Amino acid sequence: MSTMADPTGAPAAWPDTYGDEAKERMGFFTDTSICIGCKACEVACKEWNLVPEDGMVWTGESYDNTSTLGANSWRHVAFVEQNEPLHVDGDQPDALRWLMSSDVCKHCTHAACLDVCPTGSLFRTEYGTVVVQEDICNGCGYCVPACPFGVLDKRHIPRHSGDPPAEILGLQLGKKEDGRVWKCTLCYDRLKGGHEPACAKACPTDSIQFGPLDELRERAGQRLEKLQAENWNGARLYGHDPNDGVGGFGAFFLLLDEPEVYGLPPDPVVTTSHLAEMWKTAALATGALVVGVVAGFLGGSR
Amino acid sequence: MSTTDVGTNMRSYYGRPVLKEPVWQPEIPFYFFTGGLGGASSVLSLVARWTGNDLLAQRSIQIASAADAVSPLLLISDLGRPERFLNMLRVFKVTSPMSVGSWILAYSSAASSMSAFLNTIGRLRHVAELARTASAVSGAPLAIYTATLISDTAIPVWHEARKELPFLFGSSAIASAGAAAAIAVPPPQAGPARRLAVGGVLAENVLFKLMEKRLGMVGEPYSKGEAGRFKKIAAGCTLGGAALLAGPGRRSRLAAAAGGALTLAGEVAVRWSVFKAGFQSARDPKYTVEPQRERQSARSRTAPGTGAGSV
Repeated sequence: MSTMADPTGAPAAWPDTYGDEAKERMGFFTDTSICIGCKACEVACKEWNLVPEDGMVWTGESYDNTSTLGANSWRHVAFVEQNEPLHVDGDQPDALRWLMSSDVCKHCTHAACLDVCPTGSLFRTEYGTVVVQEDICNGCGYCVPACPFGVLDKRHIPRHSGDPPAEILGLQLGKKEDGRVWKCTLCYDRLKGGHEPACAKACPTDSIQFGPLDELRERAGQRLEKLQAENWNGARLYGHDPNDGVGGFGAFFLLLDEPEVYGLPPDPVVTTSHLAEMWKTAALATGALVVGVVAGFLGGSR
Repeated sequence: MSTTDVGTNMRSYYGRPVLKEPVWQPEIPFYFFTGGLGGASSVLSLVARWTGNDLLAQRSIQIASAADAVSPLLLISDLGRPERFLNMLRVFKVTSPMSVGSWILAYSSAASSMSAFLNTIGRLRHVAELARTASAVSGAPLAIYTATLISDTAIPVWHEARKELPFLFGSSAIASAGAAAAIAVPPPQAGPARRLAVGGVLAENVLFKLMEKRLGMVGEPYSKGEAGRFKKIAAGCTLGGAALLAGPGRRSRLAAAAGGALTLAGEVAVRWSVFKAGFQSARDPKYTVEPQRERQSARSRTAPGTGAGSV
């Protein structure tokens, strides 16, 4: 059960369930003020995790042809071109700035995907991260609309001519579709081997920083102070606060504008924070249904 | 909304959605219908048995068992990996209405099919009655939990409707069970079924209106695009069907069958309307961003200083 009353920002039941195997909570701090939009993170992630291609398109949306996180894109670099000054001081009549930000699964403290997963495929690792077990996922798709960030998706493999026909009523002729959901694992396998995740390793400017979450939060606070002292326009932290609607992100950000400008929700809330209320309403409706049916018999059989 | 920075000025990332649309296929809205029909029919059957209306009791449990047999097939067919359907019963999680619902459906399906089978062959009367009671116990939760399931998502048009959806689904289930029984049972014994169909239809239409009124802007998707078209079809079919059942259906078997069929078609359309509204709500970022901005500014109005510098 998600415990929204818990102000410590610790995931429910973690790390107690791991006993001696529990590790420090690890995460990402993505400092978008030094992102140069090279997409090395996207490439490194695809290479290491063997994430398949999902079609080549030119969107015309700045340098972004990935568009969104999904089953086949676990890092996504957003590009925003603005007629805004980079600094709030000084005269900049022809101001233009180019915001770049590498988005990723937030590894929420209170993770809706994990809460609603009916098979137990989604689980909390010893590092406090949220991972899909692909040998258990049966592709029910519940986590997809549950995620307040639109991170998870079912994997589709592009079809080519000559492929067998698509599935008909569940009979997957030729098994062309993968059918399961996929997302960032925070390189669970690399962490187990004592390595940092592939994206952080590949990032040439250290825009993506990996480490113990407590340390990252401290470092992010100092970085924000510095940028604010230098009058950077719109600098703010996003997802660092353990009191927010998802109990803080395991992967949080320093942004230079409102979250929605980057395609992020300004005030995400884990849906299961209303679970008790929802079950109570369900119980009331259940009672109402029974009373309703009984009432239908009051006039006799005619 | 007037005092905040939302509205027409809302900013987004190239107009792209913040949320992912559900990946559920047409099986799911049909399952919402069969789950409601099966669940409410089980309850109807037991109450009919209590009141001594044996024909209504027997036909209702047969309808319930048929619906409960179709339901798992629809759900399995929707899975990305249908061969792994048994993984649904690997754990029991109260945080996952789908997990809870899978267990309810497995239990309800077994109970209603056993009762219908034994009743039809006329053997083991006591076991049959026990199974009927067992399926009635799980019938109401089976009809309702699907509303909790979709409420427990980040989709605004579903999550924000969490107060109304269970009652809407419940009314729709009652109307479905009543309509189906009114087709299967001759008019002289089908009085309760007709009353349930008419009552369910009226409750559901009123609830839908109230829900949309309370939701305001967030509820717009219910009356837009495909969802809006399904809602119109639903209102026409359910109210038309209910009128037939309440009038000529009291004497004419033919009119009762026509009214019942029309009502059932309308109930399918209700489920489709709610289903499609979820997709439309996820697709447009304004339904995600604007209420969240609204919430934030309401918070910073009551506690000044907490909203600045960080989000």
